[in-house]
Amino acid sequence: MFEIDAAGIYYRDLNARIREALAKGEKEVTVRNVNGQYYIGDGLSGNATIVLEGVPGNDLAAFMDGPTIRIKSNAQDNIGNTMNAGKVIIEGNAGDVLGYGMRGGKLHILGDVGYRIGIHMKGNKKQSPTIIVGGTAGDFFGEYLAGGLLILLGLKPDGPIVGDYLGTGMHGGTIFVRGEVDKKNCGAEVGILDPDEDDMKVLKNALTEYCADLGLDIKEVMSKKFKKLVPVSSRPYGNLYAY
Amino acid sequence: MFKSLAPPEYLATIDREKCIRCKRCIQNCGWGVYSWGGDKIVINTSKCVKCLRCYHYCPEEAIEIVDNPTKFKNNAYWGFHNIRNIKRQAETGGIPLTGMGSDLPYTILFDNLLIDACQVTNPSIDPLREPMELRTYLGKKPSSVELEKGKDGKPRLKDRMPPQIKIEVPIIFSPMSFGSISLNAQKVLAHAARECGILMNTGEGGLHEDLLPYKDNIIVQVASGRFGVNPEYLNAGVAVEIKIGQGAKPGIGGHLPGEKIPLEVARTRMIPVGTDALSPAPQHDIYSIEDLRQLIYAIKEATNYKPVSVKIAAVHNVAAIASGIVRAGADIVYLDGFRGGTGAAPSIIRDHLGIPIEYAIAAVDDRLRQEGIRNEASIIAAGGIRSSADAAKALALGADSVAIATAALITMGCTTCGKCYTGNCSWGITTQRPELTARLDPEIYADRLVNLIHAWTHELKEILGALGINAVESLRGNRERLRGVGLDTQTLDILGVKPAGR
Repeated sequence: MFEIDAAGIYYRDLNARIREALAKGEKEVTVRNVNGQYYIGDGLSGNATIVLEGVPGNDLAAFMDGPTIRIKSNAQDNIGNTMNAGKVIIEGNAGDVLGYGMRGGKLHILGDVGYRIGIHMKGNKKQSPTIIVGGTAGDFFGEYLAGGLLILLGLKPDGPIVGDYLGTGMHGGTIFVRGEVDKKNCGAEVGILDPDEDDMKVLKNALTEYCADLGLDIKEVMSKKFKKLVPVSSRPYGNLYAY
Repeated sequence: MFKSLAPPEYLATIDREKCIRCKRCIQNCGWGVYSWGGDKIVINTSKCVKCLRCYHYCPEEAIEIVDNPTKFKNNAYWGFHNIRNIKRQAETGGIPLTGMGSDLPYTILFDNLLIDACQVTNPSIDPLREPMELRTYLGKKPSSVELEKGKDGKPRLKDRMPPQIKIEVPIIFSPMSFGSISLNAQKVLAHAARECGILMNTGEGGLHEDLLPYKDNIIVQVASGRFGVNPEYLNAGVAVEIKIGQGAKPGIGGHLPGEKIPLEVARTRMIPVGTDALSPAPQHDIYSIEDLRQLIYAIKEATNYKPVSVKIAAVHNVAAIASGIVRAGADIVYLDGFRGGTGAAPSIIRDHLGIPIEYAIAAVDDRLRQEGIRNEASIIAAGGIRSSADAAKALALGADSVAIATAALITMGCTTCGKCYTGNCSWGITTQRPELTARLDPEIYADRLVNLIHAWTHELKEILGALGINAVESLRGNRERLRGVGLDTQTLDILGVKPAGR
């Protein structure tokens, strides 16, 4: 295991050091004393694991293409921006705009998240992104969703699980919410269904890995009913225009 | 069926004496105007867009497309399109879409600016016999350079030069995505860009693998839809462009209709076949200059510090915004003016939002100079560059390079019919229908586009020669060599140009 002390290091130098370690073939890198440095893991490829102690800054794992990053505390905004592959595990809360335009890989967040999560995620048969949030989420969860999987668990909510405009403009992908979903919180493009057997398999599959990553009990997580949100149309704005 | 009260704009007519019933018009029309009626060609003129494909492919010159003489009563206030759009909206409840740049008769400043020339007191230069430098480097320039002696004893730069993109002529191709235009049209652009030592831009639809051989002449774009953006894509080209806005539709998102999303486009964009490709109006991670800076450097970190361009529509406050973009760390500011083209935009947006590029260039160049940061970024000006004269005027107003799209498409057969959003382009440009795109042979049409760039290059050299200067660098921001004709004092003041006669 390779260790880097990030105390007082500028992000550009820190990221250069992480890249250098990975280029040398290190498979496990622990970065201590992280304190808001931006862009950790930005554009990195390969299959190394990076463990962060301390709170990393914005745009963590942007454009990332393979590695696993475990954050042992809270994290900030823009995590997994246009990420292509790999995994980010967050053992605390995270901020706004997570997984924007994400194309593959996984974000596993134990705690709460902010606004605009999973906007315009995409997926196809070859690769598909997954974001799982253990706590609650703010407005615009899954806006413009074009593909992939968003799961919101709301494990210990002291209020509503999710904000307004849930799935607005959604035209692909699937959102699962543990508990009830009120139609009035959803965008007009969202259909609310009860998951069928196949859906439950998908859920169980995704949540088993999530629970293993974060030390949760899969039985307890699966003990409550889920709702499945899908787009009602693949062309939500098809009738908006006069040709 | 209820007949539309919006009358056809054009009448497709066939001279029955000349027609030999070869049916080429039926084959060629992507709009379905012509069909075979058993003994003659039947015409559904309401579908005609006057793209002239049938006219060019009729061997007998039997076809004539005329503007519909049966228009509404002449009215200087209620124009044909006002009335027609209302009727269409009454029938559909929808927003009329359009393609290309605005065709409304707003004042065209380029046509009110004239370029100086040498007479008697200073000699002009003959570009045919003397060297004329058009080569341009795009990117951040240092505010000063220090030299030191290298190991070989020769002087060298003390600090590293920021990354520069070399182009042989200050004319590049504007972004047009795979999806909005066909892959063959993109290949024409890529091929011509390589041949001319300039650049094409993928637009926001991702990079098809067929374009990889041209990567040294490609700028890749990152827009709000993030289509086809992965680390490989970011590193593929010579620069990355963040698209904030487009001159034809400032402030609104992109909307590629499902008709133009077959498998290949869906694959490149990573979205389902036949869905509308939605680019949200804002980039959802950019709500401020600070956020923009964050994305610029996220891209730089992922690309080992390639130049980053930021493309915005020219809007009222363009100068302050451009200043912010430069301070956010962009290497290039790409300004797209009011007349800029589009594959699909609501006509109400295209025709009424934004400002013409001429004002924007002058305002941005002024502001960056006043703030002492003009060297920090290159300015690319686009949005209605119709000729090398427009290009020369844009350069003289302060642009480092211009970008063209409509002019490039015209070399491929485009007649600016403006129906790009339908996906029926009979010239194979703005369509994904395989029988139509097959018409656009990339090699043949690339030659035509290369011809255009060469012709404009010669013309630019002639203009420089007439001005008595031998490098385009001396024309940049040289507004003293422009004069305004028929422009009011305030406009002249904004442009920083004297009236003709002064």
